[in-house]
Amino acid sequence: MRTKRNIFEDIDWILVVLFLLLCAFGWSSIYAATYDEMHQSIFDMSRNHGKQLLWIGLALIISLTILLLDNRFFETFAYPLYGIAMTLLLGVLIVGTEIKGAKSWFVFGGFSLQPSEFAKFATALALSKLLSSSENAFAKLSSKVKAIGIILLPALLITLQPDVGSTLVYLSFLIVLYRVGLNQWIFILGFIAIIVFVTALVLKQYEWEIGSWLLSGKIAFMISFTLLAAGVYYLLRKVRGALLVTAISYVGIIGYFLSVDYVFDHVLKPHHQNRINELLGIVSDPTGAGYNVHQSMIAIGSGGFSGKGFLQGTQTKFNFVPEQSTDFIFCTVGEEWGFLGTFVVICLFMALIIRIAWLADQQRSTFTQLYGYSVAGIFFLHFIINIGMTIGLAPVIGIPLPFFSYGGSSLWAFTLLLFTFIKLDSERKYVLR
Amino acid sequence: MTKLENRRMVIIAAVLVVGLIFIGRLFYIQVVDETYVTSADNQALRFVTKYPARGIVYDRNGHIMVDNQVAFDIMVVPRLIRDLDTLQFCNLLSIDTVLFRERIEKARNYSRYKPSIFQKQLTADEYARIAERLFQFPGFYGQKRSLRIYPDSAAAHVLGYIGEVNRKNIEADSFYRSGDFIGISGLERQYELDLRGRRGQEVLMVDVHNTVQGKYDDGDLDRPAVAGKNLISTLDAELQRYGELLMQNKKGSIVAIEPSTGEVLCLVSAPSYDPNLLVGVKRASNYKLLVQNDSLDPLFNRALMAKYPPGSIFKLIQALVGMDMGVINENTGFVCNKALVGCHNHPSCRNLRQGIQMSCNPYFHQTFKRIINRGTSKNYFEDSALGLAEWHKRVSKFGLGQRLKLDLPSLKSGSVPDVALYDRIYGARRWAFSTIYSVSIGQGELEVVPLQMANLAATIANRGFYIDPHLIRSVRAEDNDSLLNFQRYETDIDTSFFSPVIEAMQWVVEKPGGTARRARTEGITVCGKTGTAENPHGEDHSVFIAFAPKNDPQIAIAVYVENAGFGGTWAAPISSLMIEQYLNGTVQDTLKQTRILEADLIAAEREYEDET
Repeated sequence: MRTKRNIFEDIDWILVVLFLLLCAFGWSSIYAATYDEMHQSIFDMSRNHGKQLLWIGLALIISLTILLLDNRFFETFAYPLYGIAMTLLLGVLIVGTEIKGAKSWFVFGGFSLQPSEFAKFATALALSKLLSSSENAFAKLSSKVKAIGIILLPALLITLQPDVGSTLVYLSFLIVLYRVGLNQWIFILGFIAIIVFVTALVLKQYEWEIGSWLLSGKIAFMISFTLLAAGVYYLLRKVRGALLVTAISYVGIIGYFLSVDYVFDHVLKPHHQNRINELLGIVSDPTGAGYNVHQSMIAIGSGGFSGKGFLQGTQTKFNFVPEQSTDFIFCTVGEEWGFLGTFVVICLFMALIIRIAWLADQQRSTFTQLYGYSVAGIFFLHFIINIGMTIGLAPVIGIPLPFFSYGGSSLWAFTLLLFTFIKLDSERKYVLR
Repeated sequence: MTKLENRRMVIIAAVLVVGLIFIGRLFYIQVVDETYVTSADNQALRFVTKYPARGIVYDRNGHIMVDNQVAFDIMVVPRLIRDLDTLQFCNLLSIDTVLFRERIEKARNYSRYKPSIFQKQLTADEYARIAERLFQFPGFYGQKRSLRIYPDSAAAHVLGYIGEVNRKNIEADSFYRSGDFIGISGLERQYELDLRGRRGQEVLMVDVHNTVQGKYDDGDLDRPAVAGKNLISTLDAELQRYGELLMQNKKGSIVAIEPSTGEVLCLVSAPSYDPNLLVGVKRASNYKLLVQNDSLDPLFNRALMAKYPPGSIFKLIQALVGMDMGVINENTGFVCNKALVGCHNHPSCRNLRQGIQMSCNPYFHQTFKRIINRGTSKNYFEDSALGLAEWHKRVSKFGLGQRLKLDLPSLKSGSVPDVALYDRIYGARRWAFSTIYSVSIGQGELEVVPLQMANLAATIANRGFYIDPHLIRSVRAEDNDSLLNFQRYETDIDTSFFSPVIEAMQWVVEKPGGTARRARTEGITVCGKTGTAENPHGEDHSVFIAFAPKNDPQIAIAVYVENAGFGGTWAAPISSLMIEQYLNGTVQDTLKQTRILEADLIAAEREYEDET
């Protein structure tokens, strides 16, 4: 093994440039969102854009530090780092400060830190280490259980804060599991479950009058599904065991279908119910539950093709859009830069995620490969949920848009995730395995 | 493992699919669907209309007759109402919740996004009291307006009034928008285009709390309001006020004109009303009161619209036309033959001057007979028609039987009978002098409005011409006066014929036996002519026209007092007081003045009606 002459050798410049572009675009959006004539200085530390500039500076220091570390550091200390992260998650539940109804923050003086952001990083390392410990590790049941445990433990601790958004991020590790061989039927069943769930909720509001009979949407669904199952069985009647499979699927889906109402009404909290109802268009309440999304879409929609121009946005700047420098930062892009701007941002994110996934597959080290998929998955999930929510395609779940949303913890966590991958990737040629 | 290798393509495909869905969705809401742009503008931009100050009206001496006062409308944008404490808001505006709901409902029906007026025209004081708390109620704001104020409470009929535009106005002229003011009558209507100015607008950005955040687009879309042009009137506010005072408790009108220019010095129609009654929110209810509950019809402008028989003042025209047609001269005498037409007792008139001085009816009966029957045709009827045509041509040149070009709407033309009229009434060649003789003394089919009488006085004072009577001398925009042009009309009657008439008019006032001795005024040579117009419905109308001073006429005047009796009794002294007031700036003869001020001819009229 030969030693590297400098830390920038062999690093993937495409990822670095994408990172810098996203940070720059993100910061200018925060500047625009918080801009007013009184505080024009970009270094004004009383404003979000001023602080974010400081956070970006610190992020650059973090990225350089990572590049200086030995590449074996991450694999070696994967479990201890995971242990520290879990301790912090436990600790935040005890001594954390409650902000907006969730105990997610450690506050030191004027400075606050969100451990759940870093737990993603630690979980990615631990999961990758576990699954790379031996050839085809995921095939073993014990590894499967351990892997799921590694993912569920932080998810559970974060749920206790409670912070449903950050919990959902742990779904992104499914991509890693998928890549190492998780049965695809799980995804297909999950997909069917979502479809049935949505269908059940949407159908609930329909009723048809047929003669003197009142046909509710629910009954209609069950009748058509029964006919469908009968048809499927008829087609497969020659295949052995067809009756059993069809019967089980039929009972399972009908049972699930009937339980949706109960789950929706009794398990989900009212504000979750509202957000789902709003998303599915079951209720429309632009001043209540739908206010955020309604305003967000007005802001983005009013940008038109080329936008209103930098600092010319009215919806984002004048607080019509809530959380406009954090969760809804994408609105500023949409309003001020129009479709051209949103198109560029979407493309930058797609390029980032695909580049990471692509590089992950080039790795000779399974650890780096799986870690790469973890990072791609986490970015992908944030991308889907955050942008999807601002344009009314996903429910409102408060998670940040990587490198865009205001906030030190999330920015550093994303930087940590990305640069650790860049560092591991830069050693690709020197790993013999 | 190859099977698992394929899964990386699935992952990349998933990223691409999600990205493309996002791009498609963004393309739809940003480029295709335009409703979001509207929603955004409606909630973040506030289009504030800047209402221009309406032009001010000055009198001939620079005294303000119509001014503006600031008022505020409370506007509402239903879409922006948020967390409204209805009760508190109602208390602030001193309205009840029922009215509140009604108005909100009305505003919603109009538009949820556009501002509409919630409460009209609070005075500056009222608004100041609530302004500092208004910001607590998102969706509501104050809009500055300007209302009219009439410092003298005078000249209501001339100045007219303004009101909000109706749908017809908006359809007729796209300049107007709902809530704008428009002149409805009088000068306000006549000079609407000059007075209205131009609306401006200001586009402000407001935040979610409806707090103004600055100008949109650095004020590029803003337009300042352009104030209306000011009008310089020919009226003498003091004379106008004095005329209205003299006419209190009387029905009729006073019109005074400066003969050399055609400038109307005063235009009084009695009874009148306080123009301030028709301002702002009280307008509708007060208007109703004035129209419905007042049998004297104070909104009716008698000076321009009341058609009266001129009575004996018409003898001046008969004299002039007779001389011009060569059928009499200044020395022509006629016996006062009461068999022809009734007359009062007076010595015989040996010449024209005496005919006028004593207002002898038979004198002008015979004059008119000579005008009509000149023997130009052997056929008696034909001859009458030819004579009347000649007469009509000359009389018309005095501005009678036609609408004078006064700058006010709703001016009546009156009428001077012509051949066609009598042919229509009696049939062609079925009428002659004996049918129409009452015209000779200003009765019959003659109809004249008071303005035309004053114009007649001015024409005689000018010895043969008049200029378009007018109320506005110039239009002033930013201290630049643009003078208006007025036409001069000749009567084509030789100037020399006016001398005996004018001299006779002086005798009317000054000589024993003159019919208007009450018009004599210390130090001023007043020339006048009385009239007593027959009124089949009650007491005769009292008429007087005059001008003064004789040799350099400054003022020509007509006074018409309904149901008051002889011209010399009421109309003549009122005229002389007006002349004295105008020429001397004050009135010496307080006895005469008191007599007029104390007279209540309306009450007298009511008694007369009760008796009959």
